[in-house]
Amino acid sequence: MDQAAIIGVGMTKIEANKAGDTFADMVWEAVNKALDDAGMTINDVDNVVTTSNDFWDGRTISCMAVGDASGARHKNASCVEGDGTFGAFYGLTRALSGDYGTTLVTAHSKGSESISSLITNAAFDPIYERAIGMDMITACAMQATAYLDRTGTTPDQLAMVSVKNHGNAKQNPLAQLPMDLTVDDVLKSEMLSDPLHKLDCSPVSDGCCAIIIANQARASKYSGRPVWIKGVSFCSDSYFLGDRDLARAPSLAQAAQSAFAMAGIKDPATEIDVAELYDAFTYQELMWLEAMGLCEDGKAGSRLESGDFHRNGRLPVNPSGGLLSGHPVIAAGLIRIAEIVKQLRGEAGGYQIPDARRGVAQGVNGLCGQSHCVWVLDRDNQEKEIG
Amino acid sequence: MADTLADVEPMIYESQISVPYSWWAGDTASRFFRSLRDEKKIMGTKCAKCSRVYIPPRKVCPSCFSENPEWTEVSDQGVLQSFTIARRQLASLPEKVPVILGLIKLDGADTGLLHYLDEVDQKQLRIGMRVKAKFADNRSGGIRDIEYFRPAK
Amino acid sequence: MQPTKEDCFIVEGKLALPYQYFAGRTGSRFLIALRDEKKIRGIRCEKCNKVFVPPRSTCERCFSDISQSWVDLEDTGTVTGFTVVRYEEPYQPTKPPYILALIKLDGADTPIAHIIKDIPLTEMKLGLKVKAVFAEKTTSTIMDIDHFRPQEDG
Repeated sequence: MDQAAIIGVGMTKIEANKAGDTFADMVWEAVNKALDDAGMTINDVDNVVTTSNDFWDGRTISCMAVGDASGARHKNASCVEGDGTFGAFYGLTRALSGDYGTTLVTAHSKGSESISSLITNAAFDPIYERAIGMDMITACAMQATAYLDRTGTTPDQLAMVSVKNHGNAKQNPLAQLPMDLTVDDVLKSEMLSDPLHKLDCSPVSDGCCAIIIANQARASKYSGRPVWIKGVSFCSDSYFLGDRDLARAPSLAQAAQSAFAMAGIKDPATEIDVAELYDAFTYQELMWLEAMGLCEDGKAGSRLESGDFHRNGRLPVNPSGGLLSGHPVIAAGLIRIAEIVKQLRGEAGGYQIPDARRGVAQGVNGLCGQSHCVWVLDRDNQEKEIG
Repeated sequence: MADTLADVEPMIYESQISVPYSWWAGDTASRFFRSLRDEKKIMGTKCAKCSRVYIPPRKVCPSCFSENPEWTEVSDQGVLQSFTIARRQLASLPEKVPVILGLIKLDGADTGLLHYLDEVDQKQLRIGMRVKAKFADNRSGGIRDIEYFRPAK
Repeated sequence: MQPTKEDCFIVEGKLALPYQYFAGRTGSRFLIALRDEKKIRGIRCEKCNKVFVPPRSTCERCFSDISQSWVDLEDTGTVTGFTVVRYEEPYQPTKPPYILALIKLDGADTPIAHIIKDIPLTEMKLGLKVKAVFAEKTTSTIMDIDHFRPQEDG
């Protein structure tokens, strides 16, 4: 297979309410940062993939409305509805197709403009489930109950994820919620839906991320330092929650296995230097770690307690602060990719993991982690060196 | 935010998107709701190939991707697979909090059904507990024809 | 056995979501000028020599930041496209039949969509010179222009 790399990333600051920016203004900011980062102009972009959601944008056919701000006028532009990692997957296939040397991928949302609970309620089946009043928080609370019951993970351990990630965010100038917290602070915060406290949940956010993917021929043509895409895979589980074993994430396990295999990684727990995972809720960081084989099943809580996932630990997880410190829906997964790119280039500033060589980023689409997209990135293009 | 808007008053356009829908339940769901309304029976579909019994019923087995399942009645009792107590009045909740939401695997079914739990002490809630459907007195052919589930005696 | 029509269930519902759309810095300046000064303002891209209205922060042509190049436009302009709307929908600003038109304001390069009143439907034509009629009461929206009407000498 041809190689491909990420040659530029750009992110806006994540904020609770970007009253000064329309969604197009956010996209324009992120796109220009990515172009500057890559050392390109918009004329060097061969095609564009935008990622958005009509309900979060408050307009139908929302993907068409961001085209101008992403420089898509008179270019081949296509759209993905879902998490940005899925938009990036599509962008990657376009770069690898041979028809396009570079793909610009954007993902954005403004959670501040509507009511997330009503939007996620509408993700449930209207005939059987919507009248029960389910939304993302209650559904994930049910998944957390099942996960804690199966693994014996404790609410204190969940709280430690929140303490760690909000603490990490203090070094990240783009994070929305840098905070000094204690386990007690988390456990004493409002119980939204058992067992999830307010500080077990990610906030409502506005933000945008853009990345530029290039095929091997174009990857080194610009001043931006390429980070190589070594493995990518995604996998989806059943739609109805009742059809799944909520306490496990087999679709993530499959996506991760396939992405790591593609990257030639045999033991991800020891071969990965840094991970940015989709911690929309505290329990998810632990559950995803186990499903991805980055930690033994059922042990993520106790490994966290012993410091494994802290910035100076065996495998730093969400050194940027993760979704718990800022969660612009749709953009959140693409931000995970951009954060790994920064780590592998040594440009993560106060939250840099020393000598990070290989990293993994994860995005999620759907309720309770129905669908997962896993990206394995490498600082070096080994194949090129060997060849 | 304060800086960027220091020189300009932020204008907000208050609006909404409101679109009416008629969701056609289709043959399979219609049959499920007819049984619920007229006979207080919970009917599932059984895949002829893999024998899995689905609640809510499906026209096509999502595991084997085969059509034409058989109808089979499942019990109005089952096991609680997971639950949560919603305590904040989230906009999606039609009932006043606190409300208990559960995933219930009925005896004879292979999949869980999302529904309310009531008449239960919150402290008694646990995964694996036996629950039983309470049917609504006035049934109109909808998922709330089961009013809620409560602990089985 | 085919189920009879009354056996096919319909779940009636709607998707209804309230939104607060933040106009942003550029949109806010436009709406404030409209509200406080009854002025229609556009933004010029110096590079492309184009004046955009409604204004936008960035030029889609040369992809540069143009958010500071404000220009005052006339409240008069020319109709570049129109249709007579004859069906009724709840989101419409006025009762059909009415004229929905694209109006290129004097000094602008892009037309805005608005409604035209005070002219018989049969006399409506492309190239008509029109003038903005401002609303008596502000709503801080584009409807602070109530409608456009033919210019007296148009």
